[in-house]
Amino acid sequence: MTKTKQKTKPTKKAGKKDYIIMDKNTKAIVFGFQQRAIQRMLDFDYICRREEPSVVVIVNPTRDGMHKCFWGTKEILIPMVRTLKEASKMHPEADFMVNFASFRSAYPTSKEALETKTIRTVAIIAEGVPEQRTKELIKIANEKNKWIIGPATVGGIAAGGFRIGNTAGMLDNIVASKLHRQGSVAYVSKSGGLSNELNNIIAMNTDGVFEGVAIGGDRYPGSTFIQHMMRYEANPDIKMMVLLGEVGGIDEYEVVEAIKKRRIKKPVVAWCIGTCSKVFPAEVQFGHAGARAGADLETADAKNKALKEAGAYVPTSFDDFDDQIKKVYTKLVKSGKHKPIPDVEPPIIPLDYDVALKQGVIRRPANFISTISDDRGEELRYCGVKISRIFKDKWGLGGVIGLLWFKKDLPMWAREFIERVVLLTADHGPAVSGAHNSIIASRAGKDLISSLVSGLLTIGPRFGGAVQGSADHFTKYLYAGEEPSFMVKDMKSKNVNIQGIGHRIKSVTNPDVRVTIMVDFAKKNFPVTETLDYALQVEKLTTAKRNNLILNVDGCIGVLCCDMLRGIGYTRDEVREFVDLGILNAFFVLGRSIGFMGHIMDQKRLKSRLYRHPWDDIEYMMPDKPEKIK
Amino acid sequence: MAQRGIREYYGKKMLAKYWTEYFGKDFKYPGKIALVDPKTKLDDLPKKYKWLKEEKLVVKPDQLFGKRGKHGLIKADASFAEAKKWIKERMNKDTKVGKVTGTLTHFIIEPFVPHEGEFYVAIKSNREGDTIYFSNHGGVDIESVWKTVAEIQINVDQDIDKINVESKLPKDTPKANKKMFSEFIKGLYKFYRELNYAYLEINPFVVTGKDIIPLDLVARLDDTGHFESSEKWGGITFPAPFGRKLSKEEEYIKMMDEKSGASLKLTILNPKGRVWTMVAGGGGSVIYTDTIVDLGYRDELANYGEYSGNPTTDLTYEYAKTILDLMTREKDPKGREKYLLVGGGIANFTDVAKTFTGITMALRDYKKKLKDANVKIYVRRGGPNYQEGLRIMKDLGKELGIPIDVYGPETHMTRIVNMALGGK
Repeated sequence: MTKTKQKTKPTKKAGKKDYIIMDKNTKAIVFGFQQRAIQRMLDFDYICRREEPSVVVIVNPTRDGMHKCFWGTKEILIPMVRTLKEASKMHPEADFMVNFASFRSAYPTSKEALETKTIRTVAIIAEGVPEQRTKELIKIANEKNKWIIGPATVGGIAAGGFRIGNTAGMLDNIVASKLHRQGSVAYVSKSGGLSNELNNIIAMNTDGVFEGVAIGGDRYPGSTFIQHMMRYEANPDIKMMVLLGEVGGIDEYEVVEAIKKRRIKKPVVAWCIGTCSKVFPAEVQFGHAGARAGADLETADAKNKALKEAGAYVPTSFDDFDDQIKKVYTKLVKSGKHKPIPDVEPPIIPLDYDVALKQGVIRRPANFISTISDDRGEELRYCGVKISRIFKDKWGLGGVIGLLWFKKDLPMWAREFIERVVLLTADHGPAVSGAHNSIIASRAGKDLISSLVSGLLTIGPRFGGAVQGSADHFTKYLYAGEEPSFMVKDMKSKNVNIQGIGHRIKSVTNPDVRVTIMVDFAKKNFPVTETLDYALQVEKLTTAKRNNLILNVDGCIGVLCCDMLRGIGYTRDEVREFVDLGILNAFFVLGRSIGFMGHIMDQKRLKSRLYRHPWDDIEYMMPDKPEKIK
Repeated sequence: MAQRGIREYYGKKMLAKYWTEYFGKDFKYPGKIALVDPKTKLDDLPKKYKWLKEEKLVVKPDQLFGKRGKHGLIKADASFAEAKKWIKERMNKDTKVGKVTGTLTHFIIEPFVPHEGEFYVAIKSNREGDTIYFSNHGGVDIESVWKTVAEIQINVDQDIDKINVESKLPKDTPKANKKMFSEFIKGLYKFYRELNYAYLEINPFVVTGKDIIPLDLVARLDDTGHFESSEKWGGITFPAPFGRKLSKEEEYIKMMDEKSGASLKLTILNPKGRVWTMVAGGGGSVIYTDTIVDLGYRDELANYGEYSGNPTTDLTYEYAKTILDLMTREKDPKGREKYLLVGGGIANFTDVAKTFTGITMALRDYKKKLKDANVKIYVRRGGPNYQEGLRIMKDLGKELGIPIDVYGPETHMTRIVNMALGGK
């Protein structure tokens, strides 16, 4: 064992107003993009009726720009910069830095702050800063006559003026503890977690807190009890002090000395927690790094005894702490040394939307409704079906399309039909308009999505539109109760080709195998084939005129899609609705995108050069001069 | 996160490993040391450490407690066979050291070093820097010869190479050793600083020829220095203090604590005690325990524990169940009431209703046992959504037919201790 020599080292001289490190005029730099803490600081400012926000600039090493936050009900912008250098240059009036840097970077950032001329106080929130590093910071702070609060603390609060980060919790608690206006009692505590309780005890038994600092649980806090208490002693607005110490360390003895030597004359109510350490058989590690009673001197009992002997008001247990505070305060008031500070009504605190929503006190019509999927909660769900089940039960592509397009658990035949449509429409070679466009765009160096879109944009009444068109034409006449012969005649009289009828090469004698497969499948599996049957009757009439006017693959898919919809329970009206909203194009787009993307990737991997159409393939027929408008 | 003791073995191993880096080559420490734990195959050791069979040995336990000589726990000048026998007789045996009884599980074996003088050196951290203590009268309780100790304060911004350490050594330092000792101290200090030691004591070390041999070493590391020094530390572990053999329940809570981001602690002090606590927050839990002791109920205090860091409902449920199970296993032999204090200060941002949900789930599970054990419950808590949390607790009391008294921040934090234990 080594001996502990007790030293009272010189504390900072509290000169004119030097005793104030934070108040309603304090402007702060927040290091670290802690959005909620920043908002909490601003909310506190607001209920204190501060004229200007306490946070003037944010340092965020990974992003700069502007950060939007609330100032009451209004919104304001706070500049965000990447370095402390920029921040302090931009706001030299900010003499406080709230440092939310992690335990890894707390040291270099705090060091930089202490070495920045305009910054006087640094609050270090991080837990786990190496002791050596804190000691180095303390050295710098002492030399430069600056302040450190922390590390490992929630911070502190100047009632009615300035809040460090998250200190004092929720706004309703702040108002309940009267922190929105100045009282006359100042405290210093090691524990940050107990500062809410101290605010509460002081508010219930006196006219409230003037200032409170939680110096943090480390073995070497950046500032000590005595340093803050000497500030409090010097400040005429503070009438009494409360000290909440802790087992471990010897810092409380500096306060004992100061009271003994009458350097502290104001009444001090003190208590050190951890008196229970004596009942523990072996070392039990309490929460705080400093809370480790090695020598007798470091026990809570010894400290409480020494404080009492020095003249502090020390209760017999924490249970009388409130009484003791009340007694001292009442004595001050009775002696005429202090006139209680009246309560102040705080402004109404705007409730955050999400809080209010949680409490069920507000509602709002939604701008968006979604009825097909939900990504919130434990697992993604498609129309109520968990994604894990989709895999487990092998829903497949057809099953998922059923869920997301029709919100139905499709029967197997329908799932298979959809998959067949996708496979069948996946590609039709490089020469068709869409594929060609995709290839041209890809060769022009455009990215995959642009090239794909360039191909998709050709899909319409002429290209790929036959699927959609045939569904439209056939259902229109079928559902109207017209005979196939009427349809053929009527379309002829209107001079409109029936979509889905006719093929360049294939004919009655040379049928398209794709159509045969699909027709057979439908005949075998579909409960309803009314549109197909109707189209086949039409085909009979048209092929009688010309051999190649057969129902082609697009037409076949179009009419079968309508029959599938009927088969899964939709009425004819509903089928028409689907047709009108373009469902048939959806099948074609889905399928053909596979082919387009294939062509695009093919071109990219071939490193095909930019395409230029050859002159000799263009017949130039430019007139000699433009037509003159008379 | 704090200063934590390490085994003597690791302290000495680290010294040996980085010896030339910090102490140069003028004198050496051979670093002959072997660690024996319950899994070590003693007969295989000499293959790895040839010196075990070539030299006389010293054996002692390595479990963070001192004064081993006084407790008859050092075997010196032994052959390997004797050392083996000595360890086997003690391994996994409960042993009383001072007031603490624990199980011996770790031993170190080193060569027995015949020597003349014994020296003392220690480095202790303080707010301004570190103090080096040195004496030429080591090997004894240093307090008894404190006048012979020289103190050298090195402030945090000082460079030890610029300090004339030699001139600060005690006057009775042998002339021949002065240079060596000052170089040793400088090296030791740099080693201590750069490896984030918080405490290092060698009592004693001895000099044999060109070697400096630490015979007994005690060290604590600042575990927050992990991110700076872990590479040099190697795969070090921090053993639990001697004597803290954890019960099954304590082990369970410790395991949950380590697995989750939240903090869950449980120490059982007296399983037959009638006052049980289930308190939120590190500081709050200490205050409740203090108050029970301060009000004169230390013999009735059953446990110390805390939950904090926003534990999930499941974690709180498991934690509460563990305590309820322990407290309802037996009735009080005199038929008296038992008390459960569900306490806590005013939370900053923890949702009180949410954490209470886990506790109420456990209370429901133990409805019958709670009644059988005649348990009375007191609740005090504040913080976000506390009104809802307290309402849940009140309703539960009615539902279960168990007395649950519920208070919020308007009631002084520890008043429920008094209410339960019959004070005011």
